[in-house]
Amino acid sequence: MSISRRKFLGWVGAAGLSTTIGKPAAAATNKQFTGYPKSFAILHDITLCVGCRSCEAACNKVNELPKPDKPFTDLSVLETKRRTTTKTFTVVNKYDNPKYPKSPVFYKKQCNHCLEPACASACFVRAFTKTKTGAVTYDSSVCVGCRYCIIACPFEIPTYEYDQVLTPRIRKCTMCYPRVTEGLLPGCVEACPMEALSFGKREDMIKIAQERFRKYPNRYVNYIYGEHEMGGTSWLYISGTPFKELGMREDLGNTPAPQLTAGALSSVPMIVGLWPVLLAGIYAVSKRKEKIAQTEQEQAVASALVTDRSEPSQPEEES
Amino acid sequence: MAQVTTAERKSIFSLFNLIALIVLGVGVYITYLRFTGGLAAVTNLSDYNPWGIWISFDLLCGVALAAGGYVTSSAVYLFGMKKYHSAVRPAILTGFLGYALVVLALQYDVGRPWRLPYPLFVQQGTTSVLFEVGLCVATYLTVLFVEFSPAAMEWLGLKRARNLVVKLTILLTIFGVVLSTMHQSSLGALFLIVPSKLHPLWYSSYIPIYFFVTSIIAGLSMVIFESTLSHRFFAFKMDETHLKEANGVTLGFGKAASYVLAGYFAIKVLGISSGNQWHYLKTGYGTWYLVELLGFVALPSLLYAIGVRVKSPTLIKWTSVLAVMGVILNRFNVCLIAFNWQLPASERYFPHWMEIGISVFIVMIGLVLYRFIVTRMPILYEHPDYKDAH
Repeated sequence: MSISRRKFLGWVGAAGLSTTIGKPAAAATNKQFTGYPKSFAILHDITLCVGCRSCEAACNKVNELPKPDKPFTDLSVLETKRRTTTKTFTVVNKYDNPKYPKSPVFYKKQCNHCLEPACASACFVRAFTKTKTGAVTYDSSVCVGCRYCIIACPFEIPTYEYDQVLTPRIRKCTMCYPRVTEGLLPGCVEACPMEALSFGKREDMIKIAQERFRKYPNRYVNYIYGEHEMGGTSWLYISGTPFKELGMREDLGNTPAPQLTAGALSSVPMIVGLWPVLLAGIYAVSKRKEKIAQTEQEQAVASALVTDRSEPSQPEEES
Repeated sequence: MAQVTTAERKSIFSLFNLIALIVLGVGVYITYLRFTGGLAAVTNLSDYNPWGIWISFDLLCGVALAAGGYVTSSAVYLFGMKKYHSAVRPAILTGFLGYALVVLALQYDVGRPWRLPYPLFVQQGTTSVLFEVGLCVATYLTVLFVEFSPAAMEWLGLKRARNLVVKLTILLTIFGVVLSTMHQSSLGALFLIVPSKLHPLWYSSYIPIYFFVTSIIAGLSMVIFESTLSHRFFAFKMDETHLKEANGVTLGFGKAASYVLAGYFAIKVLGISSGNQWHYLKTGYGTWYLVELLGFVALPSLLYAIGVRVKSPTLIKWTSVLAVMGVILNRFNVCLIAFNWQLPASERYFPHWMEIGISVFIVMIGLVLYRFIVTRMPILYEHPDYKDAH
């Protein structure tokens, strides 16, 4: 009897748990964050990039990064696919162009500055901030060095100073936050000789992109990468080559990263609130069961004793 | 179970001492390298693979395998299964040591370990699942310490303090279950943020529930496994109650583990169905997934059931090893093997021998501490002065 009751309580608990864990928070809200109003974005027109690496050189200079092994004028580095590192916040990679094999495609990679950044949502000390300029900045003065931000980033951007003993930091593009707040252009944008990079309000950048699609419909894949990816980013890309062929993930979806964990986190108050009640209930049930068993035993013993006494013919009386 | 004679015991212990000494020596050396050369000096971690075995084994497996504490104490104190009482103290002790060692391992893994209290006291990142993990692990370590303390106080003769703590048992047990539910599941929830990096067969919105349920399996199986080892090496420390109850614990926990494994198998299949991921089963990763699901979930469930049915503690004990390996395999799959599955082989991670060295070092510290404590404190027997309390 009491076992089935206990089982029942268990099932209720399990059912409660399963409804609270793992549901996307979107199911419980109609709010959507579409970025700070009038925040900035950078539009990268991949069809205009010639792979000169001027942006890389400028980035290195404005961020005061260490000198690279090979100078920025050496274009042989384009032959290998590179990723961001602690010493390079942006890299230009070369890809084959199926349409015109003689003119390869160049794509510049750096932090995309998500509207709702995975790194910021994953950080347990709030070291990352999505600023109103659009830049996602990092504060090393609170960073513990757990590297969950690197795990969380869907674009594989943040890097970590594994060789630093006492002061390892996360390193990544800052969208030139210090320069932008002074009214200057980001280093890479300023340096680009081909105007492959445009800087301005995010909604204007989207308009420019759409304008180019309209003017040169044959030149572009009709899609702005970054407008909706992971809830939208402050770097936007337009290209003549399918994005997938440039190593850009097309399967990221439009769900902002924080929403992926919001459901699980929202179950915390429910567990804290309900679990003690449920467990105390189970405890009470098992206590009561014990008590009933004890009373029944006592009664059985008492009645046995009574029958024993009423039958004097039995000499051996148990104590 | 074969009893070990005194002479045999001495030779086993001296062999153990020798191995322990070597492992601890190597560990101290690697520790020196880690804290003078940074992570790069001793690990194969990279910007693609920021978490290695110090997270997948020491943190994820460590926490899951230390679940015996809350599983056993809730069975005995909340569910009223008094016949398992003698299993509580060893389980609490391993839980406490397990969590303490998890925190020790984190000192190696995080970049600035002295800042580990920051998320609690300096700046709280409440949107992070890791914040919940940190908060719960810190609190639960404290709870486990208090739950363990009566044994130490009985040993030290602090009668009053001990009686005070014992009065808190029910409250502490409930605390333990609440905190364990949260952080065991949250360790799985850490991976909810990476649908693009974790293979779809392992990525599921149910992953927090999977982690929680597997922690119960790990807890039950570890109690059986540890009791096997304790009987082999510390039988001389056990009192009659402990020896008498041991077979009952093995059978009872084996039965529970069989049920939970069966339920876990069912929800895993449901997860695959709800995500309609069946087609992945035909791939290489699918085969590996089936190895985990059939070989390390379905099989131990069946073997536990047979062991209970034919009343074979030996079969149950061997099955507990299989089940524990299954939980370890699951954590490795989620954190390492199926993680970053789309990256080319050249960018994938394989641990440096020194990373393995530190993990072995930390397990060894646990074994040495366990031995120190059970040979001194009333863990495997009841203290003669406090018999009435049980």
